[in-house]
Amino acid sequence: MKKLLTIVATLGMISAASVAVQASPQQDLKEFRAYYKERFPDVPFNDYVNGVYAIDQASREQWESIEEFPPYELNIDNGKKLFNTPFKNGKTYASCFPNHGMGIKQNYPYYDTKAGKVVTLEGAINSCRKANGEKPLKWKKGPIADISAYMAYTSRGKKINIKVPTEGVAAYEHGKEHFYAKRGQLNMSCADCHQYNAGNRVRADILSPALGHPTHFPVYRSKWGGLGTIQRRYGGCNKQVRAKPYKAQSAEYSDLEYFETYMSNGLESNGPGARK
Amino acid sequence: MRTLPSILTTAGTVLALAGSLTLLPTSGMAADAKAESVVDQGKAIAFNRKKGNCLACHQIEGGSLAGNIGPPLIAMKARFPDKAKLRAQIWDSTKANPNSIMPPFGRQQILSESEIDKVVEFVYTL
Ligand code: HEC
Ligand code: HEC
Repeated sequence: MKKLLTIVATLGMISAASVAVQASPQQDLKEFRAYYKERFPDVPFNDYVNGVYAIDQASREQWESIEEFPPYELNIDNGKKLFNTPFKNGKTYASCFPNHGMGIKQNYPYYDTKAGKVVTLEGAINSCRKANGEKPLKWKKGPIADISAYMAYTSRGKKINIKVPTEGVAAYEHGKEHFYAKRGQLNMSCADCHQYNAGNRVRADILSPALGHPTHFPVYRSKWGGLGTIQRRYGGCNKQVRAKPYKAQSAEYSDLEYFETYMSNGLESNGPGARK
Repeated sequence: MRTLPSILTTAGTVLALAGSLTLLPTSGMAADAKAESVVDQGKAIAFNRKKGNCLACHQIEGGSLAGNIGPPLIAMKARFPDKAKLRAQIWDSTKANPNSIMPPFGRQQILSESEIDKVVEFVYTL
């Protein structure tokens, strides 16, 4: 693994050298924000946590009434119960996390320098289980999404604060590449829909800005009839362009989540959310 | 990189053109029953979500719930006096705009060559 990463890092340096200027993550962040500011001059920065509802007044009112009786409430309750239920060895999830797991969602995903990879909140939940002799949970929905929703709920109002240490730059660049690369038979990038066409309609669906995507996950989607993680959504968006989706929690998606979340730095964590 | 204002300008121009053109008779339309059915087939392919799904992005007469990512498809003869250019745009949109979000229907074999021919015939009636 380590060897592979070194190669990736080296390759990264080679292509950086040939492109002459490689923007730093900080520079990217500035330009990313500026892009949306120019595209939606009337949308206050903090409003991007609301996804498509930040830019579409018509559907916003409907959504606000849904949020008054949130469909994910039972998930939060269940997540809390699971979170506090001791493992067979008597320990709980709290023992695996900083601050006992409360109010920390805004720091995920982070780059684990020792492990040499991006760690998502769901990844950390399953690592905790393994460390305590329990079987890992399925990744995209169900108990893991409920626990993640509860942890997100305790983090509401905290500002996303993702760091990219020098060792994490390659993973960041990898995620960025996924975001901007054309893929699938239909030949579209994430940016095509969620950056260059944010606010436009594909059929009747208004495209949300990528800025703010990760703040409100996991999300309760009416179409799913339940809660799902952000990587579940990535798989859906890959399929829409007839690309083969990657596995949830693969380096491909975790690096993408790392990039997207870094781009949302400074926005408030407001998960879980509700979407159509 | 494509910018929004330029799309809007294009759309605006097209709309203006459409206003002046829709009243003109479409030459030879009713003349050939066979040609008409090719147009109908092209329309079905263009509107089918699993085929052209052009309505995802383009407003097209006769289609509902159209998206607005691309310009409305109107006044096509005026915009594409050369039919081959229209076919080329549908076959591989990235030739004209490398960053186009429009799927390259021919290059990526999303539609067959004969399906593209039919779509071109339909689009040319717009
Ligand atoms: C063909 C257009 C298209 C492409 C390409 C696309 N998406 Fe989406 N995406 C959508 C639509 C439509 C929705 C639902 C409406 C919305 O919230 O934007 C959506 C929703 C999402 C959401 C949920 C937003 C929320 O607030 O709950 C995320 C996250 C997302 N997309 C990420 C991505 C990523 C990452 C990629 C690239 C791997 C991608 N999308 C590619 C069309 C697209
Ligand atoms: C995902 C979005 C999308 C889909 C699907 C799509 N287009 Fe497009 N189309 C565009 C965009 C955007 C443009 C503007 C030029 C560009 O960026 O390439 C365009 C341009 C065009 C043009 C040139 C218009 C002009 O006046 O210059 C034609 C013709 C066209 N499309 C036809 C079609 C047909 C026919 C289909 C379906 C078989 C289709 N498009 C599907 C997005 C799309």
